[in-house]
Amino acid sequence: MPQDTKSIVKAIANGEEVGSHIHKALDDVDPILSVENFNLHYGEKQALFNNNMVIPSMQITALIGPSGCGKSTLLRSVNRMNDLIDIVRISGDMKLNGESIYDPNVDVIELRKRMGMVFQKPNPFPMSIFENVVYPLRISGERNKARLEEVCERSLRKAAIWDEVKDRLDENALGMSGGQQQRLCIARAIASDPEVLLMDEPCSALDPIATGKIEELIHELKGSYTVLIVTHNMQQAARASDFTAFMYLGRLIEYGPTSDIFTNPHLHDTGEYVSGRFG
Amino acid sequence: MSDTQSAKKGLGGAALFYYGEPMVWLTGSALVLCVLMILGFLAYILWMGMSTFWPRDLTEYQLKNNAVISGEVHIEESYELPEGAFGNLSTEIQKELQPIITNGNSDRIMVRTCNYDVSGTHFDWIDANLITKQSDPEWLCFMERLSKKPFIGYPQAFVIDGQVSVEGSKETWDALHKVLAEVQSRFKKRRALEKHALGDLRHEETDARMYAIEVMLESGEDSAEHKAALDAYESAKARISKDSQVILGEIDALKLENSKYQIRMQTGDGKTLEIPVAEIVRIYAPNRAGLFSKTGVYLSRWWEFLTDDPRQANSQGGIWPALFGTVVMTLLMTMFVVPFGVIAALYMREYAKKGPLLSTVRIAINNLAGVPSIVFGVFGLGFICYIVGDWVDQTFYPAHVHEALPVFKKGGILWAACTLALLTLPVVIVATEEALSAVPNSMREGSYGCGASKWQTIWRIVLPRSLPGILTGTILAMARGAGEVAPLMLVGAVKMAAELPTDPSASFMHLGFHIYDLSYHSQDSEAAKPMVFTTTLLLIVMVAVLNIIAIRLRNKLNKRFNIQTF
Ligand SMILES: Nc1ncnc2c1ncn2[C@@H]1O[C@H](COP(=O)(O)OP(=O)(O)OP(=O)(O)O)[C@@H](O)[C@H]1O
Ligand SMILES: [Mg+2]
Repeated sequence: MPQDTKSIVKAIANGEEVGSHIHKALDDVDPILSVENFNLHYGEKQALFNNNMVIPSMQITALIGPSGCGKSTLLRSVNRMNDLIDIVRISGDMKLNGESIYDPNVDVIELRKRMGMVFQKPNPFPMSIFENVVYPLRISGERNKARLEEVCERSLRKAAIWDEVKDRLDENALGMSGGQQQRLCIARAIASDPEVLLMDEPCSALDPIATGKIEELIHELKGSYTVLIVTHNMQQAARASDFTAFMYLGRLIEYGPTSDIFTNPHLHDTGEYVSGRFG
Repeated sequence: MSDTQSAKKGLGGAALFYYGEPMVWLTGSALVLCVLMILGFLAYILWMGMSTFWPRDLTEYQLKNNAVISGEVHIEESYELPEGAFGNLSTEIQKELQPIITNGNSDRIMVRTCNYDVSGTHFDWIDANLITKQSDPEWLCFMERLSKKPFIGYPQAFVIDGQVSVEGSKETWDALHKVLAEVQSRFKKRRALEKHALGDLRHEETDARMYAIEVMLESGEDSAEHKAALDAYESAKARISKDSQVILGEIDALKLENSKYQIRMQTGDGKTLEIPVAEIVRIYAPNRAGLFSKTGVYLSRWWEFLTDDPRQANSQGGIWPALFGTVVMTLLMTMFVVPFGVIAALYMREYAKKGPLLSTVRIAINNLAGVPSIVFGVFGLGFICYIVGDWVDQTFYPAHVHEALPVFKKGGILWAACTLALLTLPVVIVATEEALSAVPNSMREGSYGCGASKWQTIWRIVLPRSLPGILTGTILAMARGAGEVAPLMLVGAVKMAAELPTDPSASFMHLGFHIYDLSYHSQDSEAAKPMVFTTTLLLIVMVAVLNIIAIRLRNKLNKRFNIQTF
């Protein structure tokens, strides 16, 4: 398909309405999450403009785009973390498995329990490794020791950190290295078997080796979890994800299979961005 | 380059600020001054507090006018002779001293002579030029007595049942030490009987009487219930008075046994005095005592100081009731202030909407910390004692109200703890708020991201993580509360409490109030000085220990929560 050379950057600067270029491949995926006409304001400032996208189930979807374009905002809107910020206003809706996320009757806490979240900086809790991993179960009132132990081991194994910590589960999690902490946070995020795993630049605070381990891990999670990941690292997006969405100034610009976005983008701007010539 | 030049071109002051080295010296020397002042203060208190209990040597001076003065030398200084100095001496001696009188300067020493009941003075100033002979007599003894000021003199004779049994210093000393221990133990027994056995009976009597009155108030003066209660009270009273008689008999027997022994002491200038052995708390002859026995005296004084009741208007003896009162009051206060402070800070930091109202509240709390503490005392007295206490009495102690015997409508350890809790509330709130705001937001987000509710996040993540800071605030509040005096004077601290404050309405003794009382209200302030210093030392040590615990605890917890290895 020939590239559209019209500049989106200029169009936005001129105040024109710009639509999203969604690739055909996304028409027949099995969506777990859909974003519908979603707008978000921080006070007076609009951060997301009329976003529409579907996130395919059991696939890895990467969100890319220049700094400040609203990737984190979009990600945090999925599990309503933005509710914690007083000045945020939204319109439009998102649906998880067809159920509205922003319906006034939705129990936010129950909603968040259905998703796991991994943050940019590892944020283990000031408690033992074991307690960190089973935290989501603890707050749901799980007391059964055997079940907690089973979940702990399974999650740590999936997060590829079991062998490193199995002998020191009682030690404080804050004594681990940064890479270990981040994998621990991933274990924690998947402990309650979430339907969607949200990751906001999970490797940005890590060195290349730890990054490599996490990427491998994300790759292994494919097939058992739906992952939505924000990244600044083009190689990472290219290597690890199945679909890639390119965002710019709060708009979803282009969205398609990762291979297409990186080798054969519809828009000229997308190509420029993924090859590092702008952004 | 141009920057440097323009700065140099400026006036001298500007250049000074530009280079800034003098500021290092200024700030550095200010710090050194502060440290020196603090260290000097601590060293002074430490030295005075540690040394006052050490037994001093006793010196005997013979003077030109044939007077003999013996005692502990406390001050040696030079002074300017006042007009008409030596005027009370004979003309012969005055002539002899003429060159010194014309010179106008001389040296003098202050001797603590004790023997107030013989001589009418505690201290004597002696001009060095009057001294003809100075000696350290072996058998000059220092005697601490129960109800009178100390005595300095020579043991002369030991008297049993009015008959002289032995004479001579050594013989008397030996005879005394044969019976001293048993006499003292009999005295202790007697005091325990007076304090506890009789005290308990008194309480029992009051309780029975109050119960009868309560029944009267409830069912009326002429009711059968009241008659029955009155009968019960009368029989209890009869039994109690019988029991008291028995105890009083025991006490009399002990007294009688002890009154058998007397010791006749002679002062340096030849006066004699018979002193009951039961009056002797401690006697030592410092000039013949070695280092070992002096250490013994020193330690036994500390032991008495820490574990015994005060004597003689608090200027002698121990401070155990004050120590106990301070500790109990501080712990009670902590139990009140910490939950309240932490909950208030939690609301302000985690729940309240930021805005002008919250800022106003915060400023008000900070101002509370600057309110003079006596104001809290007035509030404690006016509101807690007289309004809350009145309500408690009306509700729970109708009989006491009827008899005009306030229980809670007066100062007491509970109300004092409440008042101080209010006083230290800002310390806890500010420290807790700081600790809460130091919890990284990423931890809170992580918890919310796991689907935790707000309270779960606070309870499981925020509070444990801010525990070190909360603890520090707690201990600071404890230290502040333990050292506070002014409000306590209004809400229950007393000069002398008959019993330890084991029930919440009881008045109590307090170290800080004790120091204040000794320094300003003792008839004989010089004699009370040692107690002031040792009590101050104890209070400072207590506060320092609290602070050290706080720091260690915080460091330990910080290590647990703050390791960052990347
Ligand atoms: N709490 C907030 N309050 C106000 N504005 C915010 C807030 N968070 C983000 N924004 C604004 O929203 C816009 C999008 O921010 P967002 O954090 O989503 O960007 P991002 O794509 O994640 O950037 P980065 O790659 O740097 O993380 C930015 O312009 C930012 O200034
Ligand atoms: Mg971001």
